[in-house]
Amino acid sequence: MEQKIHPKIKEYQEKQEESKVEVPKANLVTLKIKKYNPNKDSSSSYQNYQVPVEKWTTVLDALLDVKQNLDHSIGVRYSCRQAACGSCGMKINGKPKLACFTKISELDSTEITLEPMDNFPITRDLVVDFSRLFANHKKIMPYIMNNESEISNGTKEFLQDPKHVEEYIQFAGCIKCGLCNSACPTMAMDSSFVGPQALAQAYRYVADNRDKGKDNRLKVIDESHGIWRCHFAGSCSQVCPKGVDPAMGIQLLRGYLLGFRD
Amino acid sequence: MRESIVMKIHYGTALGAVALVAIHILMRLTVDFHESLTYDAVVANYQMLGYALLLELILILISVHGFNGLRVILLELRQGSGYEKGVTYGCIAGMVVLIAYGTRTIIMTNMGMI
Repeated sequence: MEQKIHPKIKEYQEKQEESKVEVPKANLVTLKIKKYNPNKDSSSSYQNYQVPVEKWTTVLDALLDVKQNLDHSIGVRYSCRQAACGSCGMKINGKPKLACFTKISELDSTEITLEPMDNFPITRDLVVDFSRLFANHKKIMPYIMNNESEISNGTKEFLQDPKHVEEYIQFAGCIKCGLCNSACPTMAMDSSFVGPQALAQAYRYVADNRDKGKDNRLKVIDESHGIWRCHFAGSCSQVCPKGVDPAMGIQLLRGYLLGFRD
Repeated sequence: MRESIVMKIHYGTALGAVALVAIHILMRLTVDFHESLTYDAVVANYQMLGYALLLELILILISVHGFNGLRVILLELRQGSGYEKGVTYGCIAGMVVLIAYGTRTIIMTNMGMI
């Protein structure tokens, strides 16, 4: 395939030739993007794209620049551009990160490799299938279970003091981006493992004093591919862009099952 | 059986085995080290009822812990209900055979049949 040149780079080259004077050179980086369409390709390949960047350019900005000017066919999923929707997770230079939350300048590299997240089926190029993540999330019943209706007992809300909020609040920050599942070594081996995302969310609801569904949730995760298959590698906590610590949540959840916590 | 019960047994057998194996190793200090592993000294250990019971307990704890560990590793390697049942029952069978064979050795040595 013929390599297209980015319009800004072309403009710079032309100016350089015409004026014979030094034109301020833009910072250039090469995005090495893994391309694969499971419906069409027998194997994956890497395509290189050179783009100009500024110090504030994020990986997602650069990717969208490539899509707009060099190759419209690149498959990438994104939405909010501010690390709130969890759509643009991918492997950036080998580590699972959010493209919108990673600045090119912080990578300290002129060649940036972009690959789809591990441990997920590939839909196309950098887009992966989240069906299993969402199914596991749903399985742990991610909602407050409480038979007392707010209407029937006449109260307007379930009151909670700050001490109780503190118990689970960091786990409520999960945006379901899948980076933790992508980094998890058990997920790579065990296709039935419930995963750090769902386990951290199970803890989030079990630790919530408004919730009465603890026993149901613990039953779901207490099976042969549930919580006990975590090896506490801790990589899930290391890659979380929202500061959630799934590895800690899993250990705290084990405390309930081992009888150390009520 | 719930996995949490299996894992409580797993952790319990590990702790028990560490304690008993520590006693087993410390028993070597009661005689000179070079003598402790001679044929006669080992057979004499088996012939003490208390020590034979200690060895039997270590055998049970390590077999239960080891075969459950093997089951966990094999469950992570592959998935599928037939495979998982095979692994679970295979590990239980392996554990029972090992305990039976080890117990036979302990009893025969204790009774002076070896």
